[in-house]
Amino acid sequence: MNICQYDRRHRVLRAGAVLLCALLASACGSEKPPSRVEGGDPERGRLLTQQYQCAACHFIPEVQGTGGKAGPSLEYMGRLSYIAGGIPNQPENMIRFLQNPPAVKPGTLMPALGISEDEARHMAAFMYTLR
Amino acid sequence: MNELQSVLHPAGADAAIIHQFTWVLFVGATLIFIFVMGLLALGMRRAARPIRPGIWIFGAGIAFPVVVLTALLTWSTWRSAQLAPQTSHGAMSISVTGKMWWWEVRYRDPATNREIISANEIHIPVGESVYLGLTASDVIHSLWVPSLAGKRDMIPGRVTGLTLRADKPGVYRGQCAEYCGEQHARMAFHVIALPRAEFDAWLARQAGPALPADTTVLQQGRDAFLAQQCQACHTIRGVTDVAPFSQENRIADTSRLGPDLTHVGSRREIAAGTLRNHKGTLAGWIADPQAIKPGVFMPPSPDLDGESLRALATYLEHLK
Repeated sequence: MNICQYDRRHRVLRAGAVLLCALLASACGSEKPPSRVEGGDPERGRLLTQQYQCAACHFIPEVQGTGGKAGPSLEYMGRLSYIAGGIPNQPENMIRFLQNPPAVKPGTLMPALGISEDEARHMAAFMYTLR
Repeated sequence: MNELQSVLHPAGADAAIIHQFTWVLFVGATLIFIFVMGLLALGMRRAARPIRPGIWIFGAGIAFPVVVLTALLTWSTWRSAQLAPQTSHGAMSISVTGKMWWWEVRYRDPATNREIISANEIHIPVGESVYLGLTASDVIHSLWVPSLAGKRDMIPGRVTGLTLRADKPGVYRGQCAEYCGEQHARMAFHVIALPRAEFDAWLARQAGPALPADTTVLQQGRDAFLAQQCQACHTIRGVTDVAPFSQENRIADTSRLGPDLTHVGSRREIAAGTLRNHKGTLAGWIADPQAIKPGVFMPPSPDLDGESLRALATYLEHLK
């Protein structure tokens, strides 16, 4: 459909949409977007992810490990709408899940590793860089 | 520089001698190479002076190598004689069996003279010579701890030996140095050198049976271990060697196909240096070892539910 056929009000809307697209596109570019998690440092999170050896079960780009398949790939973790089988992919949920997976998703294979809230915050920040 | 596994950071007398050989040969060969290249450059000059070939053929082609190689042979023979004697006399013995793709390590309990079986970690007292009796149960492996000693092949049906001595306490990584199949690269281990008193305390702990499962979760983990028939390949002393799993009830003793897990929680890593040891990696390993170390003999457990898997991992981590 051709938006240009619409009246002035729609043209304003269209400009807004174009601007939004441009914003989104720039966010997808090489420029690193600011962390989605308040107080979370993605680089520290990456190192923690490596240290806890999350790669024993998950495929995670940029993290050394064995690329296990017992858990889902985290390649697009930052893009997902839902995590842990159905809760919204929001920083607070992610932090809660990382700290105690069975409490958020009963029956999960993923154990609670004794990750502190601070560590989970950094790790969540890293998760949102995986897009 | 990573000193965990490095020939350039010797931590024992034998490794120091090997380290010295390395540098003398490397520096010597470099000097000779530069000298030869220098001669080559001189020879390629446009206005080269004529030379007397006889002198160069005899001098550089015969006399020089004879002198250098004789000196090197004499020195290296003298230094090699200073390497530790490869004998079990007067040394503590530890048996190590190479398996695809891990290491079974057996100690003798000084109190009861019984064998203590462990895996993938060789604990030794610092400053003492320890004789490793080496063999393999499937294919040829080779034990190498670069910071402590040279390599020694482990051959099925034969016992070879290697004397190890660490002069300072620490953790030294070693690995298989003879290609032995698909997961040769993930066949590593650690030598942990402890002061004598700490070593004795460690050995006494290892000699005991597994810690009891004294909480609901631990009991659930132990039950999952038995329900999954893990005892077909793994031993947990105090659990799998008592009724109804005692030796008499076994059709064949396969309990040593996999590492003894009596004190698995006390080890630094699992799957022969593949993963750090905690309940997360244990759970991941149990769920799908084939994804982590493809070709390994342990099968995946796709039918294990989350709760049991987590309990099992918690139980194994608890077995310090």
